[in-house]
Amino acid sequence: MKQFFLGLVALGLIVACSSSSSSDDGPTGNDNFDRGALLVNIADNIIVPAFEDLQAKLTALDVARGNFVNDMNQTNLDALSNAWLDAYKVWQYVEMFNIGKAETIGGSDKGFVSFFNIYPLTEDDVENGAANGNYDLDHSNYHDAQGFPALDFLIHGVADADIAPIEKFTTNINKDGYVDYLTDIVAQMQTLNNSFIDDWSNGYRTTFVSSTENTATSSVNKIVNDFINYYERGLRANKIGTPAGNFSNMPLPEKVEAFYRKDVSKELALDALKAVQDFFNGKAYNTSATGESYKSYLIALDRSDLATIINSKFDTAREKIQDLDNNFYDQINTDNTKMTQAYDALQSVVVSLKVDMVQAFDIRIDFQDNDGD
Amino acid sequence: MNLSLKTYLNKNTHAAPLAVFRIAFGIMMCFGMLRFWYYGWIETLYIQPKFHFSYYGFEWVKPLGNYTYLLFVICSLSALFIALGLKYRIAIITFFLSFTYIELMDKTTYLNHYYFISLLSFLMIFLPANAHFSVDNIFRKKSFEHIPKWTIDSVKLLLGVVYFYAGLAKINSDWLFRAQPLKIWLPSKYDLPLIGDTLMHENWFHFVMSWCGMLYDLAIPFLLLYRKTRLFAFVMVVFFHVFTRVLFPIGMFPFIMIVSTLIFFDHGLHKKIIHRIKRVLNTLSFQTNVRSLIKEKENYQYQFKKPVTLLLAIFFFIQIVNPFRYVLYPGELFWTEEGYRFSWRVMLMEKMGISTFKIVNSETGAFFYVDNKDFLTPFQEKQMSFQPDFILEYAHYLGDHFSTQGHENVQVFVESYVALNGRLSMPFIDKSVDLYAQKESFKPKFWILPFKDDIKGL
Repeated sequence: MKQFFLGLVALGLIVACSSSSSSDDGPTGNDNFDRGALLVNIADNIIVPAFEDLQAKLTALDVARGNFVNDMNQTNLDALSNAWLDAYKVWQYVEMFNIGKAETIGGSDKGFVSFFNIYPLTEDDVENGAANGNYDLDHSNYHDAQGFPALDFLIHGVADADIAPIEKFTTNINKDGYVDYLTDIVAQMQTLNNSFIDDWSNGYRTTFVSSTENTATSSVNKIVNDFINYYERGLRANKIGTPAGNFSNMPLPEKVEAFYRKDVSKELALDALKAVQDFFNGKAYNTSATGESYKSYLIALDRSDLATIINSKFDTAREKIQDLDNNFYDQINTDNTKMTQAYDALQSVVVSLKVDMVQAFDIRIDFQDNDGD
Repeated sequence: MNLSLKTYLNKNTHAAPLAVFRIAFGIMMCFGMLRFWYYGWIETLYIQPKFHFSYYGFEWVKPLGNYTYLLFVICSLSALFIALGLKYRIAIITFFLSFTYIELMDKTTYLNHYYFISLLSFLMIFLPANAHFSVDNIFRKKSFEHIPKWTIDSVKLLLGVVYFYAGLAKINSDWLFRAQPLKIWLPSKYDLPLIGDTLMHENWFHFVMSWCGMLYDLAIPFLLLYRKTRLFAFVMVVFFHVFTRVLFPIGMFPFIMIVSTLIFFDHGLHKKIIHRIKRVLNTLSFQTNVRSLIKEKENYQYQFKKPVTLLLAIFFFIQIVNPFRYVLYPGELFWTEEGYRFSWRVMLMEKMGISTFKIVNSETGAFFYVDNKDFLTPFQEKQMSFQPDFILEYAHYLGDHFSTQGHENVQVFVESYVALNGRLSMPFIDKSVDLYAQKESFKPKFWILPFKDDIKGL
């Protein structure tokens, strides 16, 4: 008996050694991937530049707001609208980075998104706020009454009893209230975004790039979770799935992003998709340089097949979105099938990210604590 | 044959190993239940979820709301009583029933080692674990030096089955020739001191670990049985379990196995352990001249020897046959998981999935997707996503839920993708089958799509 097992042990060792040496010839699965370099690339070349650009765009937005308030005419309102769109487009590159100070505010797992992009807007809150000046933008009741969607309404929407958007500020009985509301919202966005940049430059960047371990609270794990969570909810569900009625009995076209401006929902969705794909590929925000990324991590794990599939699925999803009307509201009302096709293409990436990529990284995406076998 | 069986059944051995085993078992179980409570898992696993996944035939076993805490109190107390050997028979029966009830409440939490505890506590109902060094000895005023040899052997056999079958299950092409899933799991432990960035990502290391794991599991019961290899085997047991504990979040299991394997040692060691405990008790002045009250008897005699041995024979027959029930199902075991549980397939595969449910009105064709987070905890969603019986049960729950909400002609379809051991994710369930119309049974589930690869082995 003992000899049998000795034999078995010897056999095992021989086979083990021979199989390992034979695979040395081919591509090795050696994972000496530098997660520190990954985090440095993400922080220095993607996250911080995106936040800084958003700050520049918000400053420009505030200037446009000042110009409009000083001289309320359609030209200045159009300029404000353009500044709003510029900032909103940059926001698409920022929304996924719900980490650091950004995730600590708002009182829910939505973090800083609560103050920037909760839609659909609750119009009544804005109108009542303008009417009586009683509003608290820090309160969770006002999460769906500020940020880009509220600006969208103030700039492009028509208030009760008005005919044109600009009348809110010129002829409406609450015109002063609307101006105050507009000013307060922009100030809130600037203040918050400044505080994120401060957070990153005053210590959080160091914390972030040094947290390379594989635990529930490490940067590597959290940013993977944020990335997937944003893709699944912020992008796939909020921009396409929910308005197309994928989660309800009927389509809900009024739930599209930038509902009041109407003609930019596709542009924003395409920006968001580009932001996600660039992040996956480690492309810098400001330049075309690329650094360590999920893609290079997969390649280091000998899973370039998966990296290729993910990129080609992103491309397919982009084609499907490009097929849509500039205005998703119109697209849903005329031919919703195309919307659901775009959703399916986006969903297909979720499978690759959430199942294949997470399995390859061996990162837990549910942080519910329990024993394993 | 019959004669040798009879002489075997009449053989006696020292009672000390079983007494030590009883004490260790009771203490560890009591600690394990309290640990579970301390981590808040009663709340997160049994009270917070809106819905619980049941074992087929045990749908009536559900968490008891806040009384679930009482259940854990009962279970921990009975474990304590087992350790003391106080009202042992009632205590072990209570423990078996309460522990098993807890495990049956939600199969999301299924772990092989919980199943092992259930089996072991069932076996212990029929063993005279309180015959020696127990509080019951004081009450009954008698203690036994010897017990039938087969009683201790039955514990060894159960432990042996666990290891050996875990080893057999590793004899498959994924484990041995692709070093999966260790090739996925080990590199992710890059943050371990010393070995993290030196060994964990090495291809050869994955293979060595896979092969050693398989050989360890197969050989360890035998190495523990023979006196000459026993100490070496125990060192291996300690090393192996401590190492796996460092690598993986496997809770109490390594310690339970390490302590349990002590039963393979001779009675001398156990007598020393008992002696140590007695000395501690003495210094704590528990010594109330009990020794003079207790009559030391030689051999423990079973009252219902025939029925008990017959029952245990059937018990072990089931244990030996049951893990092979998967051969009755078509398709790849790792993929369909039909016959996967209760078979000592421990840490054998890395499987992840995503399952999106679609509620369809069969008359109008109108549909919408379900957000699983509305109904399941993250842990439940994760477990549901790649196990067909979970998917079916959840589909019925959703169907019932939306029907009572007033939706008409409800059909439930699922789009499910699963990745197994580092293969690309593949469609898992036939998305054209209305799962709401399918019934759970032990029959093969035709709506599981075939696995498009081959895993050879047991």
